[in-house]
Parts: sequence; structure tokens; C-alpha cells
Amino acid sequence: MNARDSGLTFLDRPNSYIGRSVPRPNARRLVMGRGTYVDDIRLPRLAHIAFLRSPHAHAKIRGFNLDAAKAAPGVIGVFTGADLAKVCTPWVAVLSHFKGLKSAPQYALPLDRACWTGEAICAVVAETRAQAEDAIALIEADLDPLPAAVDMEAALDPSTPVIHPELGDNLAFERTLDVGDVDTAFRNAAAVVEQTFQIGRHTGVTLEPRAILADWNDGEEKFTIYHSFQAPHMMQDIVCKHLDLPEASVRVVCKDVGGSFGIKVHIYPDEMATVAIAKILKRPVKFIADRMESFVSDIHARDHRVKGKMAIAADGEILGFEIDDLTGIGPYSVYPRTSAVEANQVVNLTGGPYRHKNYRARARVVFQNKVPMCQYRAVGHPIAVMVTEGLIDLAAAAIKMDPAKVREKNVIADDAHPSVAASGIKFEKLSHQQSLKKLLSMMDYDSLRKEQAELRKKGIHRGIGIATFIEITNPSAAFYGVGGARISSQDGCTLRLNPQGGVIASIGVTEQGQGTEAVIAQVVATAVGVPLSDVRVITGDTDTTPYGGGTWACRAAGIGGEAAWQSGKALRENILEVAGVILQAAPGTLDVRDGKIVDKANGNERMPLAELGRVAYFRPDTLPADLKPEFVVTRHYVPKDYPFAFTNGIQASYLEVDTDTGFVKLLKHWCVEDCGTVLNPQLVDEQVRGGIVQGIGAALFEVCRYDENGQMLNATMADYLVPMASEMPDIDVTHVVSPTASSELGAKGAGEAGTAGAPAAVVNAINDALSPFKANVAAQPVTPQDILKAMGKV
Amino acid sequence: MKASEVGYAKPASLPEVFALLEKNEDARLLAGGQSLIAGLNMRLSNPTLLIDINGIAGLNTITESGGTIRIGALTRHLDLGASPLIAAKLPLIAKAVPHIAHMAIRNRGTIGGSLALSDPATELPACCLALNATMTAASSKGERKIPVKTFFKGLFETDLKQNEVLTAIEIPLPAAGSLSGFSELVRRHGDYAIVGLAAQGVRKGSSWSQLNLSYFGVGDHPVLAANASEALLADKSMADAQAVLASDLSPSEDAENSAATKLHFARVLLGRVVASMS
Ligand SMILES: Cc1cc2nc3c(=O)[nH]c(=O)nc-3n(C[C@H](O)[C@H](O)[C@H](O)COP(=O)(O)OP(=O)(O)OC[C@H]3O[C@@H](n4cnc5c(N)ncnc54)[C@H](O)[C@@H]3O)c2cc1C
Repeated sequence: MNARDSGLTFLDRPNSYIGRSVPRPNARRLVMGRGTYVDDIRLPRLAHIAFLRSPHAHAKIRGFNLDAAKAAPGVIGVFTGADLAKVCTPWVAVLSHFKGLKSAPQYALPLDRACWTGEAICAVVAETRAQAEDAIALIEADLDPLPAAVDMEAALDPSTPVIHPELGDNLAFERTLDVGDVDTAFRNAAAVVEQTFQIGRHTGVTLEPRAILADWNDGEEKFTIYHSFQAPHMMQDIVCKHLDLPEASVRVVCKDVGGSFGIKVHIYPDEMATVAIAKILKRPVKFIADRMESFVSDIHARDHRVKGKMAIAADGEILGFEIDDLTGIGPYSVYPRTSAVEANQVVNLTGGPYRHKNYRARARVVFQNKVPMCQYRAVGHPIAVMVTEGLIDLAAAAIKMDPAKVREKNVIADDAHPSVAASGIKFEKLSHQQSLKKLLSMMDYDSLRKEQAELRKKGIHRGIGIATFIEITNPSAAFYGVGGARISSQDGCTLRLNPQGGVIASIGVTEQGQGTEAVIAQVVATAVGVPLSDVRVITGDTDTTPYGGGTWACRAAGIGGEAAWQSGKALRENILEVAGVILQAAPGTLDVRDGKIVDKANGNERMPLAELGRVAYFRPDTLPADLKPEFVVTRHYVPKDYPFAFTNGIQASYLEVDTDTGFVKLLKHWCVEDCGTVLNPQLVDEQVRGGIVQGIGAALFEVCRYDENGQMLNATMADYLVPMASEMPDIDVTHVVSPTASSELGAKGAGEAGTAGAPAAVVNAINDALSPFKANVAAQPVTPQDILKAMGKV
Repeated sequence: MKASEVGYAKPASLPEVFALLEKNEDARLLAGGQSLIAGLNMRLSNPTLLIDINGIAGLNTITESGGTIRIGALTRHLDLGASPLIAAKLPLIAKAVPHIAHMAIRNRGTIGGSLALSDPATELPACCLALNATMTAASSKGERKIPVKTFFKGLFETDLKQNEVLTAIEIPLPAAGSLSGFSELVRRHGDYAIVGLAAQGVRKGSSWSQLNLSYFGVGDHPVLAANASEALLADKSMADAQAVLASDLSPSEDAENSAATKLHFARVLLGRVVASMS
């Protein structure tokens, strides 16, 4: 049952913080500049690292002359691949549930070959970063450029060099799917539409770049690794494995993290090199990626070419989809999550919101000499949504039906759940019909269409674009664990009641700036019954938090939140047991509210928690001998009944195309989203807005441009266009609430929904605006020149 | 990236600056630092000495005398944009300033730095060309006046010599009733322009009697579109003027736009800017 509707559950307790936009406890500290990011940490004998990066997309490393660099002022050490291979073993990023996925061993620094422009090939450690950079300039690298495989379309041509000859070819992974009777569906269609979609290669530009400080303490043979990262326990496990250390020897601490978006959940060779070098030098070593090296060493994302086809009946029924996806992932599958996940998601998600039963898909993942590609916010979703929603708009035009009507007719009905999509993914409960209805009324769809028609007569060309989406959240072990990756899908939360009534919560999910700590504090305060200000949340420390997965794939609130909830309830029970003894009352007649023990029936105060704490901690002699107050509790949670808790939603964009210049002005954006129970409306809405802005970035601005030699052409903040506030429209967000029954809280993830749907909404709106000109664009980012070209003006 | 070690001096007078410039051949003047410091961090240049001119009095004033507006080289973009004198007498500049970068950069960046750097995609060099400015360059040998038409030499290259300091920009007051127009195309507010146009002219009835069309982002430095303005001065149609722009400008492609697209943009801007001048 929907806990929020009943009015009778624990969620509606008098002091519930759930569902309220309480301020984030860490916001003030961060705004005052009192956060602790990796670069704020100063340790005695701290050394700084800088990397020489390959200027070639593909080159044989013949050797280095390091004499001048070694003799440069301040230099502590210079390291090559061979030096590090002695302490750090290589990795191969494959998972057993992606059958046939292959990749080559990757080292902390390569032994004899550079495989992309920007790959770190040699490291200098010095007293300052500037000195390390000075010394880098003195290294003579003997590099022999090799032919590069750059264009993913040509990756499988026999004439293209095979990047890892031992693998046989440049095909990393292929998946095919054929469900129903696609050929018959297409044969019987009133219209078949086809389009080739290009989704540009872009990257996540985090405010704080990648950063790691590895401190090997030889006295206790223990690493403390300060890391700007999403998954500290995963990092701990991997450092243990590749540096051959016992678990007790590695502590990973993630203090404040300035944004991650999936960039900071992967194993990077330059970060592993930093760890290995700290071990060799027996001192703290710090690596902070600067903005320019971030562009050529942070993972890139997307880079898909999808040929899509859709069949529709005259009455608007979608009969089937067929897609052929090709994606270039750089020279290595990225460890440990692999670079096959995105293409796999494209196959799973395309057509997912709709009832059709016929679906054929092929996805091929190829190697190329570019920056490695891996999971970034909304993995695969924006691609699948673009293909699906782009084809639907083309089909709607072909049968002359309103695009909103086509969606209305085809979405899986709200009362049809649980259900299974053509691709086989399972839905517990979605709300496409309610969401669509809410969206159309929120944007006043009919008036907007009228306004559009009126303005067109005056030569003003506005467009309306709609995109339905589904989103994978709360992943179970089905995501990585079953494939052999040691990535936790469960999370735990430990609570401790202190004598004055304060509660310390330590939890495995992590804070990346998105507000995890706020949500966990809200849940704990509500479950235990204490004021929010009395809860302190500790995250991101492998020594002090329960073992957990960290933050990715939208799991912090849904999974971490439920662990906190269960833990809070258990602590409250323990508190009431002791209170019952002290107050000579049955525990069931008491409650904890706002930091006080009260009578459950009327809320009358019986005793402040601080008094309970005083007795339990300082005068246990006054308690009966057999009463053992247990004020530390831990509970864990992992979703088990569904592999993923799918969420759904729908977005719309309203924009104006300047048909002289091809410039697009975004006028308005709407999103209706269903993430189940909304724990903190403001945080959820800002997640959705931020996600939409990143989606708009993909649609209109962001792309890593490469030349034919594999050189990235726009690796600066001046040339790589991140979306900025001035160009963003107002974004209205609202919700439908379908809690998941997998947990008591009923919360699902909300962090990727915006990014999933925004590009398709924007591109569809552009094409809607261009419809009087019979012009169509399908390659992201859509630039003014693309629009002018589509219109035949340049 | 971090800059290499570099020396630093903050003299209090111009003669001291001149002396330091003569003694250190690869010294660089530091004004707002908004371009120079980023360049040092990116290790694009490696001077041995930075000569900070922010401590020199009198370089940041805006005055009017004898039909000329004199703008001190150290005038910040923000002060230029907020000056009532500029708003009243040189509205072209007032229109251009909000397009320069972002507030934080305008707060430090100077007109002297902008002109000395001569980035081809920037606003103030183009405005100076449209307004027929004269640059004052000073060195130990005295002052030298450089007309704007010979000031810009090439990509990031001006007529300034290594030992010279740009001290002021002098702009003749436009004729009474003179009109200005400014527009640029950028993907994001504050970006360097893809193509921009700063225009200043005098119109009698429906005919132009004088018209400077100063384009930026279409060449190594700002360019006057002489043929297009001639066409408009001769009362030809806008379409005719847009057509001859091809003989005035030869833009090169950038990461997103071909040369043809940039020429197309220049034509659209011509129509829009001239239409806005009333
Ligand atoms: C993100 C970003 C966006 C920007 N966008 C724009 C934009 O859209 N439009 C725009 O116009 N500018 C833009 N700029 C540049 C900014 O306006 C700079 O301030 C300006 O170009 C240089 O001025 P400065 O005073 O900072 O010069 P500095 O950086 O101090 O110096 C630049 C150069 O000029 C020389 N120099 C400085 N003063 C003198 C002088 N008096 N005599 C001789 N030589 C001198 C210096 O030695 C140096 O070589 C941008 C900058 C940034 C960082």
C-alpha cells in the first residue's frame, strides 16, 4: 500500500521528515568553503605526481631518456610501466554474464604501447606539481606512431589495424535479440519509418576533477587512500587484488566529492599508478587530474550510431522495432564494470515503455584508439529513448496522427503491471498513463499547439517534443555481481545512540554532492524519532561504514535509505525496551518523538532521550541486571524480488528555432517522473533538473571532437561546450508516486531520469519546429550548422 | 596544469616599467591576467618576468576632451560598461561590453589587455575599428600614436613593440546623430564570438552617408566590410550588400562551423544589425 496515502504508517509520524524539503546538513559547510576535497588534504612529506601522456592515438613505446627529468629540481622519482608492473598486476575488464565480451590486459602504465591520445605513459613525482610538470617536459620519449583505428564504422573492416592482435579483431562484444515476428509486423504495417541516429561522444565534466591521495604507512603496512570516488569498498577490493594486499591493509576514504556522474566509479590506470608509486616510495603521493588531462583521461560516454526502424498500423498501434547499434569504446573495456553495459542497456530499453511484442536488436561494441568509454549518468537510456521517441515522431507524421496520441495509445497501461517488455525486462509498477496525462495538462498541450500554429503564420518556428522514458534503479546483484564483479549490491547502515540523544549513522552509500547524507539523515531522524539536527551521517570510509556498493545506478536513496530505515526502526525498538523498564511501562505504549520518550496514545512527554542516555551509559548500575541496552544496531538491505526497480516518466521540450541562423532557444522544459516515494522533494527535483541539463548538453552542446588521426580537438573548457545556466529553460518537475513494494520506504532512484529523456525531447522539438521545411536532424549534438544544412541553407 | 616558475615585479610608475621591459627581453605585462595567467598555466608561453601594471596610477580613467574620448588601458571591462560617459557618447561600446565573457572576468579584464592580446573573436578590437580609434603606445623613447587601421597585424599580433606599453585608447566622438549597432553569435552567453558585427554609421533619411561595418571572428583580426558598406552607402538593397560580403570576408572554419556557414552568419548579422540601427 502507498504509505503516504494511508495516513496511518510510521511515515506520517508527528516528527516525520520524509517527504519534506529539509535543508541539506552539508550545504552550509560546502558553501562556506569548509569542505574537505582530496586537494584540501595536506600530509607531511606529501609528493605530487604528473603524467606524461601519449601525443599519439597509437604508438609503440621504444623507451625513454629520463636522465634530465630525474635530475630536475624537486624530482623524487620517475616511473615507467615496467617499474609499476612489479607492484601492480594488470586487469582485464570482462564479466561472465556478457557472453563473448573480450578485452586486453591493462597496466597501471603501459609496458610497450600507447593506445589513445592522452594515455599516461610515464610518471614523475616531485615536491610540487609544477616541478613535476617541469620535469615531464624534459622526458625524451621514443615513440613510434602506429596506424590507428579511429572511426568506429570502420573498426571491423579488414583494412583497419586490429588494436590487440591477440584478440583477433576489434569486436569487443555483440548481442542480438529477436522477439516475436518482426518481419511479419513490418510487412503488415501501414507505415515503416527508418532513421540513423548518431549520439555524440561526450564526457561528464565534474566540478572537482578526479583526485587521489595514496598514503602508504610502512610502519603499520597500511594504505590510507583519500579518493574522490563513488564506490570506496570496490576500490579497496581492487587495490588489494592488484597490489596483493590483505583487506586490512587498505582503507579508502572518500570525503567530500565534487560531482561524479559515473566518471568516478571506474578504475583508472593513472590512479592505480599513483597508488603503486606511493607503495614504492613509502610516502603520500597525490594526483589531481587537471581539466585538460581530464578531457583525455576521464572516461568518455555514449558514441553510438543506431539504425532504427519502426512499424506502425493505420490506427496508431506500434507493431515493432528493429535496431542496429554500433558503439566505439576506446582501446580497452573499462575495469571492473566493463564497457559492454551501455550497448546492452540500449538493447534492453529501446521500445521499453510500449506494448509492442515484436523486437529485433543487434548491438556491437568495437575497439578504437580513442579515450576509453564507459558508464556515465543514465547509461544507455538517452540513446534508447532517442531512438524510440525519434521513430515514434516520424511514425506519427507518417500516419498523420498527433505524437501525444500515438504515445497515449501505446504505452503499457498502468493497470497492466507487473509486466514484461518485449526485450524481457520486468516492470513491477509503472505509471505511463498517469504521467502522460499529467504532462499534457501541466504544459497545456492543446493551447501550446494552437500557439505554435499561430506563430508559424508569422514566421516564428517553435517546436514541441515529447519523450517517454523508463529508468533502471535500485539494481540487485543482477547488474554486476552475477557476472563476477566484486561490487556490492547490498548496503548496510549502522546507528549509534549517544548519551545526549544524538544519533550517528554510518552507511555504505556515498555523498557525491547529490544530497545522500541529507536523505539518510531524514530517514534516520524519522525512524528513530529524533530531531534532524541530532543526526550525523558518516559515509565514504571503508574502515568505519558497513560494507556497501556506494553510489551508482540510482541506488543511494532506494537501497541505502531502506537500510537506514530498517536500522532506525530497530534502534527505536531497543530504545523503547530500555525506556519501558525505566518508566515501568509496556514498550508498546511508548514512542520516541522529537528526541523524547512519549506516551504513544497522546504524545505526552515521559522522559527526554538524554535522560535515557544518561542512565544507560553512566548509571547502568540502576538498571536490572538482565537488561542489556543495545544502542548500536546495523541493518542491511538488498532488493531481491526484481533485478531492478524500474521507474518511469515523461518529458517535454518547447523551443524556438531561428531559421536564419539555425540557433535553438529553449523556452521551457517539463518532466513528470515517478520514483516511488519522494523522500526529499527538493533534492529529487534538483536531481531531475540537473539531469535534464546534462541531457540538454548532449542534445545541443557537448561532444568530444576527434580528427582522423585520433587527436581530440576540443579538449578545453573553451572549446568543449558544457551547458550553462543562461541557455537553460525553466524546468517544471512534478511526480506520480508508485512506491516499490520491494522495500518499506518504497523509494526508487531519481538521479538519471532527467538525462534519460531530455535529449529526445529536445531533438524531437527541433524536428517539430522544422517540420514545415521538411527538414530533420538526427545527430547529436545538433548544432546550428546541422539545422541550416538540414534546411538546405548552407 | 601549473605554471612554471616566473619572476614578478609590481612597479609604481611607467618609467620603471620601461626600464624593466628594456632589461628583460621576455618579460610580459600583467594587466587583468584573464588571458595571460590562463596561458601560463597551460604553459603556452614561458616568460621569465611578469610586470604587473595594476599599481600604476592614472591608467584607468575615462575622460572627454576636445572631441575625443580617452580610455585608460587599465580600464576594466566592468567599469567601461558602467561608465555614463561611454553610455552617452560611445553607445557601441556600451552595447558590446555585456557580451565580453562573464562577470568575474569582466571584473578583472582590461581594454588594454584585450587590444594588446588581439584575439580575433573579441568585441573591443572590433569596436575600436568601427569607431576609428587611435592607440597610444609609450616606451622609454616617448609616446607613439597608432591608428587602429594599422594596429592589428595578424593573429594575436599587433603593432605594439616588446618595449612598449599601451597606455590609452582615443576615440573621436561620432558625428551627431550617428547610429550604432552590435550583435554576435555565440552558442553560450559569454563565449568568444563565432561571428560578430560592430557597426557605426550616419543615416540621412533612408540613405546611409557613412557606415563602418567591423566584423570579428571572421579573420585574423577585425575587418571592415568595405564592399558591403559601399553597397549600402550607394542605396543598394540589403540582399546586394549581403551578397558582396563574400568579397569582404574570408572566414576560416572552426570546430563546429564551415567557412560557408560563417559567411552565412555574417550575412544574417548584417541584415539584423543594420535594421537595428535607428
Ligand atoms: C573564460 C573566458 C572567456 C573570455 N571571453 C571573452 C570574450 O568573450 N570577449 C573578450 O573580449 N574577451 C574574453 N576573455 C578575455 C578577457 O576579456 C581578457 O580580460 C582580455 O582579453 C585580456 O585582458 P587582461 O586585462 O586580462 O589582460 P592580461 O591577461 O593581463 O594580458 C593579456 C596580454 O596583453 C598584454 N597586455 C596587457 N595589458 C597591456 C598593455 N597595457 N600594454 C601592452 N600589453 C598589454 C599582456 O602582456 C598579455 O600578453 C575571456 C577570458 C576568459 C578567461
